[in-house]
Amino acid sequence: MSEPILAVENLVKYFPIRSGLFRKVVGHVRAVDQVSFGVHEGEIFGLVGESGSGKSTVAKTIVQLYKPTAGTIRLKGKDLAGATKETMRWFRAQVQMVFQDPKSSLNPRRSIASILEDPLIIYRIGKSRREREQMIRGLLEQVEMPSRYMYKYPSALSGGQRQRIAIARALAVNPSFVALDEPTSALDVSVQAKLINLFLGLKDELDLSYLFITHNLSLLRTIAGRAAVMYVGRIYELGPTELLFRHPVHPYTRTLIAAAPVVTQEEEQVRPLEMSKGGEIPSPAHPPSGCAFHPRCSVAVSGCSEELPSPVEVEPGHWVWCHQAGTLASVEPVSKVATWAGGG
Amino acid sequence: MTGERAILDIRDLHVWFRVYEGLSRVLDGVSLRVEEGERVGLVGETGCGKTIAMKTAMGILKSPPAQFPQGEVFLAGHDVLKMSPAEILRMKGRTVSMIFQDPLSSLNPVFTIGQQLFDVIRYGQRWASNGDRLTKARLARAAAEALTTVRLPDPERILRLYPLELSGGMRQRALIAMALANKPRLLIADEPGTALDVTIQAQILDLLRSLVKEAGIAVLLITHDLGVVREMAERVYIMYAGQVAEEGPAASLFDDPKHPYSQGLLASVPRLTGRLLPQGIPGTIPDYTEAPPGCRFHPRCAYAMERCSQQKPPLVNVSAQRLVACYLYGGGTNE
Repeated sequence: MSEPILAVENLVKYFPIRSGLFRKVVGHVRAVDQVSFGVHEGEIFGLVGESGSGKSTVAKTIVQLYKPTAGTIRLKGKDLAGATKETMRWFRAQVQMVFQDPKSSLNPRRSIASILEDPLIIYRIGKSRREREQMIRGLLEQVEMPSRYMYKYPSALSGGQRQRIAIARALAVNPSFVALDEPTSALDVSVQAKLINLFLGLKDELDLSYLFITHNLSLLRTIAGRAAVMYVGRIYELGPTELLFRHPVHPYTRTLIAAAPVVTQEEEQVRPLEMSKGGEIPSPAHPPSGCAFHPRCSVAVSGCSEELPSPVEVEPGHWVWCHQAGTLASVEPVSKVATWAGGG
Repeated sequence: MTGERAILDIRDLHVWFRVYEGLSRVLDGVSLRVEEGERVGLVGETGCGKTIAMKTAMGILKSPPAQFPQGEVFLAGHDVLKMSPAEILRMKGRTVSMIFQDPLSSLNPVFTIGQQLFDVIRYGQRWASNGDRLTKARLARAAAEALTTVRLPDPERILRLYPLELSGGMRQRALIAMALANKPRLLIADEPGTALDVTIQAQILDLLRSLVKEAGIAVLLITHDLGVVREMAERVYIMYAGQVAEEGPAASLFDDPKHPYSQGLLASVPRLTGRLLPQGIPGTIPDYTEAPPGCRFHPRCAYAMERCSQQKPPLVNVSAQRLVACYLYGGGTNE
């Protein structure tokens, strides 16, 4: 395969926990630990996991909102570590992000035109005011919004429209990579569907690559080419989305797919039997030893709590971080429906 | 009195609001029934009026600003719209209770789970067979029992904790314990678990389903999440812009929606099989001060006919248990 447009290697992001009179560092929240993946040109790479799994931190670290604790980020082959000011400036425009809640990511006191003009001014795109206004009209057209909206304020817009403005702002600086952090999860399904189609259209039109963060597995399968499953700061399974859903191997992946709410009978057949004993997601400040899923895992053995699993390639491009990957991969996951029928 | 087995029976309810722009006609003839022990889902997108319908049923919608020009709401046989606030209050703790979407904002952060749960139990006892006053010890025992039924480990300890000390899933469990503590006959759940992660949400829904089944409690589940409805409800109502578009058994309706709005809604949901690209519905929900006449979906509908904009289509049977309010399936005046 060709060189990925964005490569993340062994990315680590720890947040210090401070306490006491002198704000002494007493520990670390290991938000992201040894995460590696690549996003190819024109690809939608999905990151899926529950809250606290570190997926948003990965995105924010990539777009340089956070400084990575360790690890490398490369865009089109250029390493960010020790990059010149020029390279950083180029990088910041190339890599954009759209956040989950468009209400809090748009300044309520500024008009749409002024929100969209900012990136143009900062990156010196468009020489005159008139030229920039023309560009703003173009941006609004790209996200299928009438240009009269440029004089409105975010409060006059619906959730879906606000998110369109957030996308337009990201596109203003001609990026090649956009991190979409749960861009549709605050919206109604019919609005979500229209936005998803917009994302897909823009991707082809502007040759973009996406990092798509979601907790909606159905959405992930529908649009992502490849995806990684994160849990408490680490990736536990990575591969082509089709394979992740057809042969999920890691007990956490299976549990996650099993818990996905579905609307049709056909989808029920897809869900594997969950492999969890219940329980909740541990805090990344005190992750369990070894494989972080072991306290909830129904097939955990003693070794799981002692050692971090190393990656196993169970089929081409499909990697699993599980001590029992070999055994689990050789047995097809049992469908939830099948066991219900069998067990009466 | 209705004399039937419906715990909640909303009949042709209209709710209007006087607003600056004019008269906002939010509910336009909504009829909805929940039988004793039945689990019913009310589905619709933001702004379709599902919360207004629920608030009316609970008798907590203040009038004014709300106006009820037409319709009746029977809760356990009593017309809520004709009850005094005191009578409604009396009804609330014991006949019907509610759980909300965000467990953190429906718990008081400055009181412990125990204090809040004691209040609920005491409130329910106020109108119970008088005589046996609740001692502190009995209260504590009842509270601990309530937490055990929602499978919270170590209930004595949790009673002493504040809401912020619990995880989201535990808070939702504590809220369910409070809602079920006085053994209501109807539980209204507004987006339960949607603020939680999927694996936790699945646990909560499993728990809720088994508890209400065991106790024979009827549930009205209000949500925009079609997946949650399919997991929880036996029968479902699809609402659009203050009108019921379609009703029927959840599984059959979701596998084969009849109303063009339901079809559009279902086509918007991404599938776990990954087969369909979500489609969306053209247009947006109307403004209720200038709601379209007739079927309110007609301006967005690909099949709209002339009469769709003239008269609201009645709910007609398309099969034994399926009802659709759409002229595509008959319901014309000359039938």
